[in-house]
Formats: sequence, structure tokens, C-alpha cells
Amino acid sequence: MLLFTLKRFGLAICVALTVSAISFGLLYMAGDPAVAIAGENASSVDIAAITAQYGFDRPLLVQYADWLGGALTGDLGRSWYFDLPVTQIVTDRLGVTVTLGALAISFALILAIPMGVAAAVRPNSLIDRAALFLSVVGQAIPSFWFGLILIVVFSIKLGLVPASGSASWKHFILPTVVLGYYATPAIMRLTRAGMLEVLSADYIRTARAKGLDTRKILFKHALRNAIIPVISLAAVQMGFMLGGSIVVESIFALHGAGYLAWESISRNDLPVMQALILVFSMFYILFTFLADLLNAWMDPRLRVG
Amino acid sequence: MTHTPPVPPVREVQPSPRQMMLRRALRHRGLLFGGAVMLVILLIAIFAPLLSQHSPYAQSLMARMKPPVFLGGEATHWLGTDALGRDYWSRLAHGARVSLMIGLFAATISALIGSTLGILAGYFGGRVDMAVTFLINVRLAMPVVLVALAVVALFGGSLTVVVTVLGLLLWDRFAVVLRAATMQVRKLEYVAAAEVLGASLPRILWKDILPNVMNHLIVIFTLEMAHAIILEAALSFLGLGVQPPTPSWGLMISEGKEMLLFEPWLITIPGVALFLLVLSINMLGDGIRDVTAPEGRN
Repeated sequence: MLLFTLKRFGLAICVALTVSAISFGLLYMAGDPAVAIAGENASSVDIAAITAQYGFDRPLLVQYADWLGGALTGDLGRSWYFDLPVTQIVTDRLGVTVTLGALAISFALILAIPMGVAAAVRPNSLIDRAALFLSVVGQAIPSFWFGLILIVVFSIKLGLVPASGSASWKHFILPTVVLGYYATPAIMRLTRAGMLEVLSADYIRTARAKGLDTRKILFKHALRNAIIPVISLAAVQMGFMLGGSIVVESIFALHGAGYLAWESISRNDLPVMQALILVFSMFYILFTFLADLLNAWMDPRLRVG
Repeated sequence: MTHTPPVPPVREVQPSPRQMMLRRALRHRGLLFGGAVMLVILLIAIFAPLLSQHSPYAQSLMARMKPPVFLGGEATHWLGTDALGRDYWSRLAHGARVSLMIGLFAATISALIGSTLGILAGYFGGRVDMAVTFLINVRLAMPVVLVALAVVALFGGSLTVVVTVLGLLLWDRFAVVLRAATMQVRKLEYVAAAEVLGASLPRILWKDILPNVMNHLIVIFTLEMAHAIILEAALSFLGLGVQPPTPSWGLMISEGKEMLLFEPWLITIPGVALFLLVLSINMLGDGIRDVTAPEGRN
């Protein structure tokens, strides 16, 4: 287990370094960053001054090392737009996004696991087909459109929940549904497949044969084993969700990190963009790392290799 | 009728694999539905200029926000007009071209990248496999929407930029699936036979491996095409995809958003179109998987 952990940790670090290099490189993809900061009407003297001030004249590798060193100590540079530390701006907004992500994944799990179990208990039944139908349809609904439709129905027509903002818990209801439903089909299908496989296993037949209560068999014996891959999928989905929160947050004007990303893009605030790409990637890497560890811990067969 | 002609003896002809596949396809409801809807949208996209009497760009201040026929509008603009008086049906039909083109080209780019990586990793294993797996991990760690938005913001929103960035981002599933599929095919005897006979590496990959992982490739292609279409719509919706006045469904939803309160049909129509297109592509893909998968054969 220790060897597995170390190997997996090494991989996570390598991936993190590569991603950091890419998000750093983003700054230079569109040309001279000094020109971008100075604006369209800047003189060459201004540009030279900015180049010197920000250190853009140093070799790229040195700049990257400098940025990476800063990132490791929690210093991600200064925002071009606010002239404030990027770390402060990002951490201020991250809470909303993480809350939204946690709510959305909980919503998806609460919806998907019972549906998956019900579908697996009676394959090809009405419930199974309904669940399959929902998952096929659900995957085809664009989330930004779904969000707008929910706003029309629940905020405008029915007046049940606020349409935008992040002031109270009520503001999180619709975004949670929009962000969460997208992960539901995949989790449901995996739960169903896992349950189907486990339910045909010998030990379930034994449990049935010795007259164990069906509910006990389902939830204590079968679900426990079928849930293992679901947990790791949920972790991966959570990583995707944080990255996908940008669309949902901008529809509902939820002031989280995703909304910040959208604002930073329109403000041409590259340091904040860089930091956000880095932060979202790190979340994903962390979640998948933890999920793999959890899996290996629960299922020793996975520790090899 | 006293005389009946002699019934010719029924000959037991074994249907060819192709015929068997066709029969399975014709029995598959999802495949037929998906295929039919997709075909209709494709035809609308191809014949968009013929099907619409108005230009998708022609503005008319006199005819702004006319409701569609089913909400009491007139037949000349049967799906109504938008806030600039442009014919909604014409924009929808031309928008189908944008969606389909972006889906096709982006999925083609990702298919080329992803399947090359996946097949090489699956065939060679070892270090090649490690390198490819690492690349897949790096790619998965990057938030797609965020990176795509940043790149579009830096390079400007045009069809080419959107297609390229989506193509460069969506190859991961091709690589993952084709890697696994190639690993299985690689173990089969005819690959070993080809190797022993001295077939060159490109020949083995092209003639022995690729045809046998093709069904996976097609299925992922449909999935990623749908994925690219949804992402383009989302990017355009956020204002960082295809730029106005190009008719894009995402852009139409974004423009209709302003009138959400009074004219909800402005976002409903392109939204339903987007939903139907993505649904039909996904159902087509699921159907192809069911029909071509060896385990689906009786």
C-alpha cells in the first residue's frame, strides 16, 4: 500500500508540474504580455518600463521557476486589473464554488444511486427503462439552457427561488440542480452496472439461500461492493464540476471562482486566469489521487501496478 | 383456385455478416430514431439557403420580435424573428451548419490525435504506454471550458479557433478507449501471424489493428461530436465562441436571454434544436455500439 501511495503520489506531482507549465505558457501564447498590460495606446517607453517591472525580459525558464516558486508558497502574482494579490482574489471566491461543487455532487449521488440500485434490482423493468431514458435525455440537455429554463419556470413564473446572486442558501438551489444533473447519468449507469455484477456473485446467492432479508442483502452486501467504483467516479466528476462551474455560475451570477474566471477573461486579467486554471487542475489531481487511494484501500487487488 | 404453383424449396442461406449487422440495425429503435433525426437536421443544414426565404443576416426594424406561428405569428416568419428582426427559422437552419461543422471537424481532429496515441500505447505497451497514459492524465487535469475560453479570448473567436481548440482538448476518450481496445486485439493470433510473416509496422497497425477497433472509434466519434457541439454552444453563449452575427445556436440562446422574461420562445427554439441534435447523435452512437459490439451478436 505504501509503495502504491508513493507511486501514485509521484504521478500526481508530475502531472501537476506539467499542468502548471501549460497554464504558465498560456500567458505567452498570445504575444508580449507587456503590450497586453499597457493597452492599445501605450508608447514603447511604457512597454519597456512594464517589461522591466514585471521581469518579462528574463529567460522564460527563469520566469517559470520564479512563478512556480511563488505558487508553491501561495503567491500567484498580482492581478493586472485589481492590482491585488491573485491569491487573495481567488481564495475569496473559491468558497462559493467549492460549496456549489459539494452540493452538486451530493445532489447527483442522492439522485443517481437509488435510481441505479432500483434499475439493477429489476433489469429491463419499467424503472430500469425510465432510468435509462432519463440518462439519455439528461446527457443531451445543454446545462446553460437548462439553467435558463429553470430560471423561467421557478424564479419568474413560480417565484419560488431567486434567479441570481449568492446571498442565501436559496440562491444555491437552482445552480446545484443544473450542475448536479449532468453527473447523474454516469453515476447511475455505473451504480447499475456494479449492482448487476455484484448481485450475480456467489456470495449474494449464498446470502439469499440462507434466507437473509432482501433489504439487508441489497444494502449491506451488494451496495457496499458496488459503490467502490462509484466513489472514484464521483471524485472525478467533482473535479470536472469545479471546472464546469464557470457556465453555471455565469448564468446565475453566483460569485464564485467560475464567475471570476469569466470576468477575468473579459478583463484580460491573465494572472488570475492562470491561477484559476492551476487551482482547478490541482483540485482535479487531488480528487483523483484521493479516489485512487481510497479504491486501493478498499480493494487490495488494485494495489498492484 | 384449384391449382397452386409448387412452392420452391426454402434454401437455408447463411446471411453475410454485413446483412446480419443491417438486420440488427433495422431492429434497433434508438439507432433508427437517432439516425432519422440526425438525417433531418443534416438535410436542413445542407439545404438551409433553399429552405429559408430570408437571409439569416437580414435585419428589419419593422419586423422585430415577431412571435412564431404557434404563438399567433404570421407564416412569412413561421418561427418568428429576433430582436433585430432577423428570421428565426433561417438563423436556426444556418446555425445547424455551424453546429454540425464544428462537431465534425473538432471530433476529426481529436480522433486523429487520440486514436494515434491510443493505438500506439496499446500496441507497444511499456514506455510508450506510460508516456501516453501520462499525457491523458495531464489532459484530464485541465479544465476544458476554462482553457477553451482562455484560448478563444487570446486568439479571438472564430470558427477555426473554436474547432482547433476543441479538437486539441477532446482527444482523451479516444486515447483511453482505443488503448484498451488495441491491447485486446494485439493479443489475438492474427496479429502474431502478421508479425511472423514479416508485415511492416504501419501495415499491421493499419490493416490488422485499426479495422478491429474501428467500431470503438466510431462510437467515441459520435460522443465527442456531441460533446464539441454542446461546448461550442456553451462558449458562444458565454460570448467567447463563434462571434455575432454568425448564426450559432449557443449565440441565439445568449441573445434571447435578454428577453427571457417576455419572450421565452427565443431561447426555447434553439435550445430544443440543440437538445435534439445532441440526443440524436448520442442515440446513433449508442445504437452503433450495440449493433457492432461482438457481445451484442447472437
